[in-house]
Amino acid sequence: MTPPGARALFAGFFSVGMLGFGGVLPLARRMIVEERRWLSASEFTDLLALCQFMPGPNIVNFSVALGARFAGPAGSAAALSGLLAGPVAVVIGLGVLYTRFGALPVVAHAFVGLASAASGLVLATALNIAAPLRTRPKSMLVAGAAFAALALLRLPLLPVLLVLLPAGVLTAPRTRG
Amino acid sequence: MSGTLPALAGVFAGLSLMGVGGANAVLPEMQRQVVAHGWMDAEQFAALFALAQAAPGPNMLVVTLVGWRVGGIAGALVATAAFILPAGLLTYAAAGLWQRFRDAGWRSRVQAGLTAVTVGLVLAAAVVLCRTTAQNVPTVLVTAASAGALLFLRLHPLWLLAAGAALGAAGLLA
Repeated sequence: MTPPGARALFAGFFSVGMLGFGGVLPLARRMIVEERRWLSASEFTDLLALCQFMPGPNIVNFSVALGARFAGPAGSAAALSGLLAGPVAVVIGLGVLYTRFGALPVVAHAFVGLASAASGLVLATALNIAAPLRTRPKSMLVAGAAFAALALLRLPLLPVLLVLLPAGVLTAPRTRG
Repeated sequence: MSGTLPALAGVFAGLSLMGVGGANAVLPEMQRQVVAHGWMDAEQFAALFALAQAAPGPNMLVVTLVGWRVGGIAGALVATAAFILPAGLLTYAAAGLWQRFRDAGWRSRVQAGLTAVTVGLVLAAAVVLCRTTAQNVPTVLVTAASAGALLFLRLHPLWLLAAGAALGAAGLLA
């Protein structure tokens, strides 16, 4: 494999950005590991772990890290702008339409339904990622504290993180070997 | 109005660095700050979030829409850039170091700790959004049905959004 240049990185991430409805990551994995073979499956998993470790949107960080590995700062800029250019333009277009037609009763009513469904999607995502914690009571306690602080007490996020991140790491299970 | 773009940049740069586990984790804080700045109310934020879900791409586009609503195209670009650059630069700087610690025991332990916090944050985001959109019994049923359909039937999210919008447009949720 020849390492992809800035142009290939832009094109690859542009296609997964525009096709990625409801989650870009699975598409990105298929493009990077299976179709273009830029990374092996284990290299992909390892780089994704870094992006989950870092703050911010995972797939956005992933485009930065992958671009950097193959083509330095220009590669990062190309992959990142490829990923975001299309979706940002589309969402602004949707915003324009919403502003123009949002006051129509039928559109306003449709939005009530759209927003209710969107809440359900976030709820499902939350339950999905919460499921593996069932066997780790201390981690569940940390997750519960984060939940209560933000959803029930409506505390600001920064102090909550400053307390709970260390607590989470200290109570995390030790790994074997 | 002249202070709007710097204010947007400040808010979203801060959220970028607090986004442990991704963009959804900071939704409650984003809603809190956006409302506190007087840029919109919670219902308008939920509507923009829903609109962003209907677009392709990373699940952070509500940031672009908030910026656009507050400061037009310039606002959209400033908010988007402010939300991705701090975390992106951090990732760029860490990418080289990461390889070196591949087998370090603390790495998996720190990750497990972060995950626990992320779970709590995303659950909180779900509840805050659900509370905003739950206006009556029919809307609660739509939320529950879309969550259940994604979890158990593995339907594509776009179908669920379309179904919710169709039910609303048909006047069944008023």
